[in-house]
Amino acid sequence: MTGRSSTSFSFAAIRLSLRMLGRDWRAGELRVLFAAIVLAVSCVSSVGFFTDRIAQALMQQTGELLGADLRVVADHPLPVEYDQKAERLGLHVAQTRSFRSMIQAADTARLAEIKAVSASYPLRGVLRIAPQPFARERLTQALPAVGEVWVDPQLLQALDAKVGDYLQVGFSRLRISAVLTYEPDRSGNMFSIAPRLLMTLADLPASGLIQEGSHVRYHLLVAGEAKKLARLRRDLTPLLQRGERVEGASDARPEVRVALQRAQQFLGLASVVAVLLACVAIALAARRYARRHLDTCALLRCFGASQRRISQLFFIQSLALSLLAGLLGIAGGFLAQQGLVVLLGDLIVRQLPWPSWTPAGVGLLVALGGMLGFALPPLLQLRDVPALRVLRRVPMQAIPGRGLQAAALLAYFCGAAMIVGLVVHQAGELVLGGILLAGVLMALMLLWGVAAGFTFGLHNLLRVVSRRSLRGRVSVWHLGLVNLTRNRRATTLQVMAFGVGLMVLLLLGIVRGDLLQTWAQRLPADAPNRFVTNIQPAQLLSVQDFFTRQGMTGVSLFPMVRGRLTAINGTAVSPQQFDNPRAQGLVRREFNLSWADRLQADNRIVQGRWWGKDAGAIHELSVEEGLAKTLGIALGDRLTFRIAGETFSATVSSLRSVQWDSFRANFFVLAPPGALDGYPVSYITSFFLPQGKAELLNRLLKAFPNLTVIDIDAIMQQVRQIIARVSLAVEFVFLFTLAAGLLVMAAAIQSTLDVRHHENAVLRALGARRRRLRQSLMVEFVSLGALAGVVAALFANGLGEMVARQVLEMEYVFNPWLWLVGLLAGGLGVGLAGLLGTRQVLNSPPLAVLRRL
Amino acid sequence: MNESLKQPVLLVEGLSKAVSRVGDSVGDNTGDENALHILDDIGLSIQRGESLAIVGPSGAGKSTLLGLLAGLDVPSAGKVILDGEDMFSLSEDDRAALRGEKIGFVFQSFQLLPSFTALENVMLPLELQERAEPGRDARRAAEQLLGQVGLTARMHHYPSQLSGGEQQRVAIARAFVTQPALLFADEPTGNLDARTSQQVIDFMFALNHERDTTLVLVTHDHQLAARCERVLTLQDGRVQTLQ
Repeated sequence: MTGRSSTSFSFAAIRLSLRMLGRDWRAGELRVLFAAIVLAVSCVSSVGFFTDRIAQALMQQTGELLGADLRVVADHPLPVEYDQKAERLGLHVAQTRSFRSMIQAADTARLAEIKAVSASYPLRGVLRIAPQPFARERLTQALPAVGEVWVDPQLLQALDAKVGDYLQVGFSRLRISAVLTYEPDRSGNMFSIAPRLLMTLADLPASGLIQEGSHVRYHLLVAGEAKKLARLRRDLTPLLQRGERVEGASDARPEVRVALQRAQQFLGLASVVAVLLACVAIALAARRYARRHLDTCALLRCFGASQRRISQLFFIQSLALSLLAGLLGIAGGFLAQQGLVVLLGDLIVRQLPWPSWTPAGVGLLVALGGMLGFALPPLLQLRDVPALRVLRRVPMQAIPGRGLQAAALLAYFCGAAMIVGLVVHQAGELVLGGILLAGVLMALMLLWGVAAGFTFGLHNLLRVVSRRSLRGRVSVWHLGLVNLTRNRRATTLQVMAFGVGLMVLLLLGIVRGDLLQTWAQRLPADAPNRFVTNIQPAQLLSVQDFFTRQGMTGVSLFPMVRGRLTAINGTAVSPQQFDNPRAQGLVRREFNLSWADRLQADNRIVQGRWWGKDAGAIHELSVEEGLAKTLGIALGDRLTFRIAGETFSATVSSLRSVQWDSFRANFFVLAPPGALDGYPVSYITSFFLPQGKAELLNRLLKAFPNLTVIDIDAIMQQVRQIIARVSLAVEFVFLFTLAAGLLVMAAAIQSTLDVRHHENAVLRALGARRRRLRQSLMVEFVSLGALAGVVAALFANGLGEMVARQVLEMEYVFNPWLWLVGLLAGGLGVGLAGLLGTRQVLNSPPLAVLRRL
Repeated sequence: MNESLKQPVLLVEGLSKAVSRVGDSVGDNTGDENALHILDDIGLSIQRGESLAIVGPSGAGKSTLLGLLAGLDVPSAGKVILDGEDMFSLSEDDRAALRGEKIGFVFQSFQLLPSFTALENVMLPLELQERAEPGRDARRAAEQLLGQVGLTARMHHYPSQLSGGEQQRVAIARAFVTQPALLFADEPTGNLDARTSQQVIDFMFALNHERDTTLVLVTHDHQLAARCERVLTLQDGRVQTLQ
């Protein structure tokens, strides 16, 4: 008779599983489980779709993002030899120069990002223009004609100008002939501080905008056959000078890539927190589901189902449920990513393509991993329910089981692999993924510890209070708190879940504002808000005179020499030597050197000595301590710079701390007066321009059209806007975390629902009023939420303090509102949700409940 | 009378059940001092089509005996031979399969699945048997049986929407749907009032006769016991009388 029970994984088994699943679904047994999977998948896939679209933009449209197939970038004019090599290979070439400068319309002046291009620009992608702002745009192969410019709609608006008007661009007057709406090789708003003006290269020399010390990016764009491009790249590589680099498809737009990576890591990890919580909800809901199916399984065993059959049934059900929920979650995630696109999309890349299927695949894996790893183990335990249960109650704990079955172990492994895989996927690399996973887990454990401590403490405190004050009567408080502590682990979990969500909202909603405000208040009211650069030596006296005539006597002009660090103590430095991206950048590009005989008030010597009026100090340097630390420069080191093709060396005799946020002109490297004589120099100044005095700037620029004025207020405003949008995006992702917290709560409430039904029925049968029972439920959930709120405020305050001290180096002002908002938001939100979740307990007639038991 | 009718459908030999004081089943060693003897050396033979009532005071071992006869539990000693097959020489899963094929159950607490309608509850045992087209066959058979117990109008209702008597009638329909050779009923009227009990008993015996099923039931209800052909009285785990 062996083999009687052998059941194959048949079509009939699948059909029965699905039918049973359908019946459970109809009976509402699966809602929390299903919702938890949908939520986890929505959260992961919304972030996934969003970052995928940016990655797609980077990958598919690299050519377009470069405006070419390959480009050579430099901070100085590129040798003609490079163009010639490309042309000899039969490749197409174009040149561009980008820099910031002031543009004037009739009475207003604005900073613009100017791009001057050669006739063949762009080599890849197409420009789009419109005849008027907000008019219908069209593709164009043309470029601005000589004497004309195309400008961003924002620039038109800022200058209060219209198409057809003339703009003062340096010494030239150029006519606006179109509105520029799209330019392939332009990145998102986060990387540009000013609107665009496009002009032809032919107009550039007459404008006089490019002079000694001007900050200009030179681009050589190349397009053509892949083989020839590879050849060119090979040929150019050995010729590249310092400050020159070749960018191809794979290494294009590092700034956009870094932003993408950050977005992916940060939002991705935020989504992992929601997934972890959703998995907790899945596990809780599955345990209850399993408990409610003990009788079903006993009955199935009674009717002849083998253990294998029961495992099959639940396996197929889990699979079907996770697929269904996964698909719905992916759809939800796709809709939600639109929210992220609105908040962040144009900060990073201007136009986003359709996403790939990868995030959908990741979403499905999360659904399967979450379900198999967190729901299947208790369900698999059901195979061990004895048939005898139909005659005699056997609680779940007494089910014999054979320890952890291989299948359950495999299921747990699936779950763990999903979480680890997800973190590594979001972090983008294994080691970082491991570190981040450990970080997230440690943070959650800390939160757990605090939540557990609070739960325990409050429980004890209130128990004593309620006992003393009520002398044995069963108080509303007592009833509520007994429920809260019935399962202290579940309570702690809920406090933690809500705590994480609320903490992030408090941090980004209140603490961020506090920090920015505190920082802004610390700046003196008359801190400089305008920088003027590009002042030529010949203009020095007349510019100084201009300020004096305006009654601005304290305005000092500082000399500025652009140089690149080439060696420390005679050893050549190269970007590859450094791991730190900031160090790499500092070595790669030129930075500003200056000279001074007096130390400014916002500078302080931290090591060594200032040269003062020492005439012999000509070969000394004073280096800003942050730069010294980044590049590993110590007192006594000999630094060598390359300045305008010549070499300059001197020894570090002091390290300085600089208070950068004084907004005065400051320099990384200072030399004594006379040391930098003979090198090309321009001057820079900063000053405070009171509101309503913009007229002064217009006069300054009319007199000196080549000067560049940078509006700090406008930049700060832009930075604030970017921070606000990034915060909103992070909050958006953490809304999923809050929703996951609600699901954990729903699952926890559900798991106690049967006991609650029973108790409430007994209490009501004994004469307790509904109002009283409702009050006790309110005590329970409001306390739970308030606890979570306090935990959230505690952590938000702590993190705020940390950011204030470590990052902003200032005192964080304690905000009592934070605690109040946390307490109220938690108490009200969770209280309301809890009452909603348990309303059926109060609404079912006691007799019906007692009969069911 | 052909050969199969002479052969007992259920043969019980030396059936004993002892548990340790903490409730765990003990093995063959029934001489263990710590063991609690629930059933002791029960012998019994039940013919096809026969009806047998097991009666006795609470704690006499009635439900334990029923559980052993149905192969829901394993004995400490002894044999139960169902249709020529020694149940306890089979694996747990093979016993389950044998139950699915040959045995139907009616319980005191009905044991209907709350999330299934009456019709779905009755269909379930057939759905568990893998047949080519279980859906349609199962539905037809279930509808017919529900009709026979007078619940055609209530077949799409959930257990919570049915009265106790109606629930037990659903359970009876479910027990007969697989056309079992043997029907075990554990206090089938234990949760019902006298009038409803009578109705339920009538349905059960009518189906029993119509389908020539062997009926073994545990009951406290004398009226119900009296309708069976034989009555076995248990006392302290031993057969006191078998009439």
